[in-house]
Amino acid sequence: MLGKRIIACLDIQNGRTVKGIQFSNIIDAGDPVELADNYSKLGIDELIFLDITASCEHRELRYELIRNIAKRINIPFTVGGGISSVNDVRNLLNAGADKVTINSAALDRPDLINELSEKFGNQCIVIAIDAKLEDGIWQVYKYGGKKKTDWELMDWAIEVQQRGAGEIMFTSMNNDGEKNGFSIPALIELKASLSIPIIASGGAGNINHFEQVFKESNVDAALAASIFHFKEVSIQKLKEQLYNNGIPIRL
Amino acid sequence: MKIVIIDYDAGNTQSVQFALERMGKSAIITSDKEDILCADKVIFPGVGQAKAAMDSLKKYDLDILIPQLQQGVLGICLGMQLLCENTEEGNIKGLGVFENNISIIPEGNIVPHTGWNQISGTKNPLFEGIKENEFMYFVHSYYANLSSCTIATTHYHEPFSAALQKDNFFGCQFHPEKSGEPGQKILQNFLNM
Repeated sequence: MLGKRIIACLDIQNGRTVKGIQFSNIIDAGDPVELADNYSKLGIDELIFLDITASCEHRELRYELIRNIAKRINIPFTVGGGISSVNDVRNLLNAGADKVTINSAALDRPDLINELSEKFGNQCIVIAIDAKLEDGIWQVYKYGGKKKTDWELMDWAIEVQQRGAGEIMFTSMNNDGEKNGFSIPALIELKASLSIPIIASGGAGNINHFEQVFKESNVDAALAASIFHFKEVSIQKLKEQLYNNGIPIRL
Repeated sequence: MKIVIIDYDAGNTQSVQFALERMGKSAIITSDKEDILCADKVIFPGVGQAKAAMDSLKKYDLDILIPQLQQGVLGICLGMQLLCENTEEGNIKGLGVFENNISIIPEGNIVPHTGWNQISGTKNPLFEGIKENEFMYFVHSYYANLSSCTIATTHYHEPFSAALQKDNFFGCQFHPEKSGEPGQKILQNFLNM
């Protein structure tokens, strides 16, 4: 049976893991390679590294960091942050990344999704979508939640699937960092409208939130960051509880 | 032991090389026919689209060489699928080592099949020390049917071939290089054969 995936997200800034609350107030959370190795040993199913400092000068350093992660880690991992060209993706995959995640660059130029999917296959293209519920409408944002776009969540999600995304990582900006649980209604709608895997992101505060998101929305994976970094939720206990409550999971 | 990872511009060769390095083994990544012919073990990875990958193999004349290899060969993911009879992906003929056919996972399922799924029926020496129903990491949109070459099955929309063997050729649909300790054990078993 295919297991539901638990994913740890590591935001990287200047080579360190950091965590912000609702896209700001950054605090340090440790060395990414050490954290990743530790999570892998604890049974995390997948890792996502988002380099939030991404800029031209940082690119070479980033490839080096990705190589160091790939040397140590024997589970799949995804890399994101400032990726905007076929060449960037080729370099990251060559450095050992399994998948890449694209957000703003896809909104700026949607054809990028088609180009990447044709070149590398849709299995390695994860489209990250940040959206905020405003007056009953899920509005898509870009540039790390700083700029509102004209896209509504469902329209953009269907668009990226048609263009060749292999997976969608949806972050509810309303829920992110609040630890009150995932945004279940939006996830139910995404699951009903799409045929590619959906990763739920934003809002996990305790083990019950994971159980709830899998049971109520049937998402394929759920992601969290700070609650793992600061050991508020034990990955082992989380997976055991999910397993004991009938959710297919790799122990 | 000389281990070669075939490079034909369609593989996650680096991930496989790092996995071998974690096991204390060195491997060369090459498309050179002489290097491949004189290797003790050959790993044939692959990601992306079948048609483009097959065109790349032909460009390096590896489509003729690979099926003739006498040493242990391990195809991974698309590498395994290219070793089969034919594939629905681009409607192309495969290298014909395994008698299986490759079809698309039908509509109504979440595609790609992404994540950790269980393998069963693992009696082959490739799986020595691997427990029944162990989880392996998969990511694919096409699958191999069951045949006499099947040495492990996985259930998704229906049971399909998770691993294949014929003579000196092995194939894994999952990624042993990304499947934690059990995946590493499978790579080790392959090298030990």
